[in-house]
Parts: sequence; structure tokens; C-alpha cells
Amino acid sequence: MALDSKVPKGPIKDKWTTYKDQINLVNPANKRHIDVIVVGTGLAGGSAAATLAELGYNVKAFAYQDSPRRAHSIAAQGGINAAKNYQGDGDSTYRLFYDTVKGGDYRSREANVYRLAEVSSNIIDQCVAQGVPFARDYGGLLDNRSFGGVLVSRTFYAKGQTGQQLLLGAYSAMNRQIARGKIEMFNRHEMLDVVIVDGKARGIIARDLVTGEIERHSAHAVVVASGGYGNVYFLSTNAMGSNVTASWKIHKKGAYFANPCYTQIHPTCIPRSGDYQSKLTLMSESLRNDGRIWVPKHLKDVEAIKAGTLKPTQLKEEDRDYFLERRYPAFGNLVPRDVASRAAKERCDAGYGVNATGEAVYLDFAASFERYGKEQAKIHNLVNPTEAKIKELGQEIVKAKYGNLFQMYEKIIDQNPYETPMMIYPAVHYTMGGIWVDYNLMTTIPGCYAIGEANFSDHGANRLGASALMQGLADGYFVLPYTIGDYLADDIRTGKISTETPEFEAAEKSVKDSIDFFINNKGTRSVDYYHKKLGKIMWDKCGMSRNAEGLKEAIEEISALRKDFWQNVSVPGGDKQFNEELAKAGRVADFLELGELFAKDALVREESAGGHFREEHQTPEGEAKRLKEFQFVSAWEYKGEPKDAVLHKEPLKYENIEVKERSYK
Amino acid sequence: MKLTLKIWRQKDSKSKGQMVDYKVTEISEHMSFLEMMDVLNEQLVNSGEEPVAFDHDCREGICGMCSMYINGEAHGPDRGVTTCQLHMRMFNDGDTITIEPFRAAAFPVIKDLAVDRSAFDRIQHSGGYISVNTSGNTQDANSIPISKHAADTAMDAATCIGCGACVATCKNSSAMLFVGAKVSQYALLPQGQVEAADRVKNMVAQMDLEGFGNCTNTGACEVECPKGISLDTIARMNRELMKASI
Ligand SMILES: Cc1cc2nc3c(=O)[nH]c(=O)nc-3n(C[C@H](O)[C@H](O)[C@H](O)COP(=O)(O)OP(=O)(O)OC[C@H]3O[C@@H](n4cnc5c(N)ncnc54)[C@H](O)[C@@H]3O)c2cc1C
Ligand code: SF4
Ligand code: FES
Repeated sequence: MALDSKVPKGPIKDKWTTYKDQINLVNPANKRHIDVIVVGTGLAGGSAAATLAELGYNVKAFAYQDSPRRAHSIAAQGGINAAKNYQGDGDSTYRLFYDTVKGGDYRSREANVYRLAEVSSNIIDQCVAQGVPFARDYGGLLDNRSFGGVLVSRTFYAKGQTGQQLLLGAYSAMNRQIARGKIEMFNRHEMLDVVIVDGKARGIIARDLVTGEIERHSAHAVVVASGGYGNVYFLSTNAMGSNVTASWKIHKKGAYFANPCYTQIHPTCIPRSGDYQSKLTLMSESLRNDGRIWVPKHLKDVEAIKAGTLKPTQLKEEDRDYFLERRYPAFGNLVPRDVASRAAKERCDAGYGVNATGEAVYLDFAASFERYGKEQAKIHNLVNPTEAKIKELGQEIVKAKYGNLFQMYEKIIDQNPYETPMMIYPAVHYTMGGIWVDYNLMTTIPGCYAIGEANFSDHGANRLGASALMQGLADGYFVLPYTIGDYLADDIRTGKISTETPEFEAAEKSVKDSIDFFINNKGTRSVDYYHKKLGKIMWDKCGMSRNAEGLKEAIEEISALRKDFWQNVSVPGGDKQFNEELAKAGRVADFLELGELFAKDALVREESAGGHFREEHQTPEGEAKRLKEFQFVSAWEYKGEPKDAVLHKEPLKYENIEVKERSYK
Repeated sequence: MKLTLKIWRQKDSKSKGQMVDYKVTEISEHMSFLEMMDVLNEQLVNSGEEPVAFDHDCREGICGMCSMYINGEAHGPDRGVTTCQLHMRMFNDGDTITIEPFRAAAFPVIKDLAVDRSAFDRIQHSGGYISVNTSGNTQDANSIPISKHAADTAMDAATCIGCGACVATCKNSSAMLFVGAKVSQYALLPQGQVEAADRVKNMVAQMDLEGFGNCTNTGACEVECPKGISLDTIARMNRELMKASI
């Protein structure tokens, strides 16, 4: 099938308005006769479910947690972008659009990103009306901060808990609709397949995670909002249950999977401390505004630090390598996430990592303590303050800015970051690839939509901070509710979709067969054993930097691991009960297929873009090299084994932005 | 570290449960409590036994899913943290640790340590929202200024993660701290005023209906709350309720 992005004609700034003026609408009285399934209740699914119900559709929403309020979106810290120009610093729809396309290394679709920028300011109005307590200034107006790499202050935030507050806002909007009976909420339910009738998505098969019952649910359209697949790496900053299953199941039934190899790696996470580690913790990137990143210059000092005979604070300035400042004098410690991450890994791979596992660099605040302290001493008119006094004054300022992060770090690492530099290491954070969708957010299966992190459309090859939350809410509150109407307008006379059909029968049977297999297999190895092995292959060979040879090995290794899994995996307990191991087994089975497609996609993409660094394609200075001929979206069609997947290309045209090289030197 | 774990095992909501002893070895002090539980579960799976069921997801102290009652305290011995943020360095080599589910009539056990906290959701359905259309036709966000103090205090209340530790730790199984936090957030913002009276009445009525006990001002909830929600929120809820009733 040829890919048709369905981007409307006309000037970019009019596309969305004209489109809305021309699409088909569903009469309010008819919406009552239409059912929509929403899988996932994070920012994207929660806002979509609430809005569709508000419009009058009957919504059935599903989530694997016990309440929509616990979706992974809850963990986002930093903030959400919107082009409001409240600060009067020159922000505009165009500028947000421009920054987002550039930040995505010119690998996202222009029209979608423009629309995102256009509706962004509406998101803030909506959330404030719902009672989201965004930070305010003393005049009572909304406060903003600036986030990595941009020149305006456009990030709205609620302390370090922006995702939590935005999600609680969407959840409260859902609650209102649940109370009205317009949303039927299925907590602790997992979608395990999609049902296609006459070529259209008409329902899903779900498992009640408490009773183990397999259920059929029908609808006129299915919206997948199940989040990202970062957990394919086993260790990531994602919630433990985040998974690719819903996306993968629709992929297997005909939805193309786009850019699977685009992953965002975040530079400021708390390092792994041992093999038992279950996940990684992110610390807000804002720390890089005041911290300096370094490792020792000499290997003997690294050894001494590891052996505990030398403290990092004792190391002289000239024996430290401030590698970001050395390599990127213009941006220094504030280079974009991919650049900072790769540089840290490069130093650690060369043996300069400072913790027991050799996977950590220092993030040092000593210089800030001194700088702020001196400033404070001046402000308070202290004559000849002692060094200790200066440090103390400086620490107070840093504490006011990042106190909660310092506290969190101390809880986890058991070291006081005011006294000794923090240790950080990059971690997998966010996936920009996902299900391919057109301008309507519809997948290549008619009637099946994908929104939020589950789709691919707005982020390209990189991701700036604060844009994922924006995209989730834009899709759910303001885009999908229009575009889905255009499709559903043809369904007003269809009536209820029956679940007593051969299609539902067949989908249910395949789900049951796979569950029976797991319960009866009686193998010797735990699900986690396989997930960890997969994660290691992914990190070593499809991680921050990749090369053809490693990727080819990864494809072979993952395929062999998958075979082993299907022979030797062991799942204790039964199927008609609360059985987390069983749920995990299904998720890991899907990761084992996605992982291979991921490596295959990375192999095809013979260029470096964003966090995707192909070692063969770098400039003489070791920077990422993009190639014009790769200015396309790779969309994979399922044909059985991942190795048989067929590549379709959506060329990317930039008519409103000049494609330029990025440079942070 | 080597530890003895006394864990509540209960097949499902209908079965009777009992405490079962387990031994774990090679526990690192850097592990989180849940990673220690992972070690136990891996051990159980490898010997073909059913692992201990417990709820968890974000493992960052923000989703409110993890809910263990450890050595007689909700979320264990550390202050201001959830179970996923509790670290094994809080324990000593050779310790015996008792692990139970959050116990309250309104939180029935699903299996082992996992409990059903949907009563909290139903309280929210009864009024924990502002009735605004999600159409995007809302007025400009800066058109109603909100004092920094009100916004910050609302934010403090809004940080409740709905974990239920307050209920589990209260001798009356009261949900007042949770409901107080929710009512406070909306009571402090101008947007929430219009339906304030109905909101508080409905939420309190639903709370009673769910079988939570009453507040006798013991204050244990505030001590155990991982997010530092203050008893002031209960006072504010009571004031709101009074206002609504006259
Ligand atoms: C630590 C951290 C910090 C972040 N900080 C920021 C930030 O500051 N700014 C920013 O813009 N972005 C940030 N991000 C990224 C952002 O949080 C996510 O991209 C975004 O929240 C994803 O939202 P979503 O609605 O698409 O999916 P999610 O919130 O992941 O929701 C997925 C939903 O799908 C459900 N689900 C999944 N699979 C199934 C299934 N098979 N069946 C039924 N239900 C299913 C889940 O139950 C859940 O309800 C951060 C991410 C992390 C990890
Ligand atoms: S008030 Fe505190 S203890 Fe109670 S549910 Fe909220 S966060 Fe948990
Ligand atoms: S697992 Fe989310 S708060 Fe503990």
C-alpha cells in the first residue's frame, strides 16, 4: 500500500483551519449511536476519552493500571511547551514549529508539527480551566521557564510534577464523564488484540488482569494511546509496565510501524548500581544549567577514586576533563541531550567512568556554590566572607532551585550531593518512533487511530524537552476529536457492532492459544531472564551509537533469543487469576519481535540523526552526519517474522523551513 | 544481607490468607525494597512457585501504585517516601521483616499484597473535578489571576498520589486526608468555586458510602503520608462542608 499522509493543501498556517471547515461532522444526536474504544489513559488517551465523551460518543477506555491516574505520564517532571508569548520575548506559533522541526533533525512531518504549535496555547487554557495548579508569579499570572536549546521562555510547569498535574487534569475530566455514564472505564484490563471486520478496526480482545477472563469489546473505531516502547531496553526511565503490546498487535494486523529506531536518550539519570537494578531514575535536565560535567583526565585517578583512596573533591582543577566544555565551547554543558549523552558514554567506554560499574560521570555544583555564594555575599554586604560562608550561601541558592532533586539523589545513592559531586549517566527515556499515522492520526488500518507517544508523527529524530506532553494533550483534546468525526460520519447508520462474529471468534482464539502456551510450557527460565538479555543486546548494539556490524549481530542474537524464549520460558500459576508473570510474558514476547525490527530499521538508516548515531556516518570531529537521501520516514509493513518486514518510505518535504546543519560547537 | 521475610499470602479476595516465611540472601543495601522483592520473586519463579503479587509501576514515588505495609508501617520505616523509594540500607543484616497488604475494609485484597483501591476513584467520580467543557473554547489562562500563595497551596494539596497510606495507617481507616487534599485543591482555586458546595457534599457522602471510617484527629495519616499532605487539608474540608451545609 502506498503511504498517503493526507496533508491538506494550501499554506501551512491555514491547513488546519481549512481542514476543520471542510471535514464531515457527526450530528450530536447521532454520536449517541457510535462507540469508540480508547486503549490507554495517559495524557493522550485520557484527554481523548474525556473529549470524545464530552462530544457525545460512547467511550470505552482501557488501562492496565488500577486507575487512569497512574498512567506513566504521571512521571513527567519538567514542563509543557506552548507558544503563548506571555513573556513577550518573541515567541510565536511559527517559532515553536521551527524549533520543534529543527530539534527533530528535520525528520518529522511539517504539517503535523505546525498544527501542534498552533493548538499548543489552547492546551494551557484548557488545563487551567480544569484546575491544574501551574506555577504563578507574584502578580498572579502564569510563570514560564526555558528548556534546553531554545531562546524563549515557553515552558509551563507545576513544580517538578508537571506530568502528574496534567494527568490529574485529564483524569478529572474523565471522572466527570464516567459519572455521566459517557465513559465506561476498564481498569486492570490489557488489550491483547485488535479485531478487523471488512477491513475496518471494529473492536479489541482484552484480558481482565484480576480474573483472567478474556473479553470481546466492539466499537466503531479504536484509538491506541498506549505510550512508548522504551522498555524494550529493559532498563529505562519508563514505568515497569510500559509496553509495546497494543501497538505491536495492531502492527501485526496491518498498521505500519514507523521509525522504530528513534529513541531519546536522556543524559542526566541516576546511574545503574548493579545487576539487580529494575529501572532507572531520571533527574530533571535543568541541573545542567548549574552543574559542570567532568571525569578525571588520568586513568590512575579514576582507579584511585574507584578504590576509595581519592575523593573527587581532592582532584585538582588541571587534572579534570570538562569534556563538554572542551569539545563544545559555545554550548558547553548545555548541548542537546543526544550530544551530552554520547559524549558521556564515549568517556566511560574509554575507561574514565567513575563508579563501580564504570558507567558514571560527575555533575559538579562546586563552581555554582562559589559563584552564587559570592553574589549573595555582595548582596548582603559581607566583608571578607570565609570560603565556608560563601559555599553555604551558594548552597542555599542551589537548594532553592533543585532541593527536591538533591534529596532524591541522596535517598537513592546515599551520598550528599552538596558535599560530593553527583554521578550521572544517560538512560533510555522516550521513543519517537511508533505507529505510522496520517494527518488524521489514522493508522494504515481504517478506523484505527494512534495518538501520543504511541504514534510517530511529531518528533522526528530527536526530542526537545517539554514537547511530548504537549503532543499527547494536543492529540487527545484538540486533534483526534475532529479527525475521527470525519471517519465516523459514515457510520451513523451502522448500529451496534456485534461481537458474535467469526472475526471476534478468531481473534479471541489466537489470544487464548498464546496464553495457554505460556501456562503449559513449563520451561526453565523466567520472563525477566529474557527481558534482561534482550535489553543488553539492545543497549550494546542498538543504543546511543550503532554500526552496521553490531546491528547485524543484534538481529541474529534477538532472533535466536526469541526462539529460546518460545521453548524455555516458564510462567508459574494459572490463567484465570491475577498473574503478573503471565502478563509480563506476553509483553516480553512482543518486545522480542519489536527489538529485531528496531535493529533492522537502524541498519537501513545509514546516517546519524539525533540520538541515532551511526558510527560510519560522522564528521571528522565526531559529530552526527545527516544525509539528504535519508530525509524520509521509514514505515514497516508486517509480513510474518520481523526479518521479512517490508519498508515503505514517506518522503519528507520542508517547504516552510530551510533544512540546515545543526552545530553546537 | 541475609533476611527473613514474613509475607502475607492470599490467593484471592475470597480465600483466607496467612503469613509465610521466606529467606533471601545477597541483598545489596543499594537495592530498593521492591528490587529486594524482585529477588525473592525470581527465586520463587525459578523453583516453580508463584511469585508474591504486589502493585507497583513507576518506581519513582509518583504513581501511587506500590502499597506495602512493612513492619507495621505503611510504606515502611523511612519518612516521606513510598515503598519503591525505600532502600534496603534502612535494614540490617539478619533482620526479620513483616510485609502485609494495606488493610482496610474499603480496600479488599486482590491477591497477596495487592489491594483494590477503586473506592478512591469512585469518590473522585462523585465530584473530584471542575465541570468545564473540553472543547478548547476556554478563556485565556491569564484572564483570571491566581495569587502565588493560593496556587502554591493548591499545588501542595494536589501532590497527593492516591496511594492510600493514610487509610492503611489510620486506626479508623479514614480517608479524610485523601479527600481533604482533593477538596482543598479545588477550594483554593477560583475555577473550582461554582460547584464547591456540591463537590464537598458529594465527595464526603461517597467516602462514607465506601465504608471508610471517621477522623478522630489522631494525625497518623499526616505522619505516614509520603507526600507530606497536611492535616490542614482536613480542616479545610470540614470548613467547606460546614459552609455547604448552612
Ligand atoms: C521520567 C520521565 C520524565 C518525562 N518528562 C517529560 C517532560 O518534562 N516533558 C515532556 O513533554 N515529556 C516528558 N516525558 C515524556 C512523556 O511523559 C511521555 O511521552 C508521555 O507522557 C506519554 O503519554 P501517553 O499518553 O502517550 O502514554 P502513557 O502515559 O505512557 O500512557 C499509556 C497508557 O496506556 C495504557 N496501556 C499500555 N498498554 C496497554 C494495553 N496493552 N492495554 C491496555 N492499556 C494499555 C496504560 O495503562 C496507560 O494508561 C517524560 C518521560 C519520562 C519517562
Ligand atoms: S494523602 Fe498522602 S497518604 Fe493519603 S493517598 Fe494522598 S499521598 Fe497517599
Ligand atoms: S511504584 Fe509508583 S509510587 Fe511506588
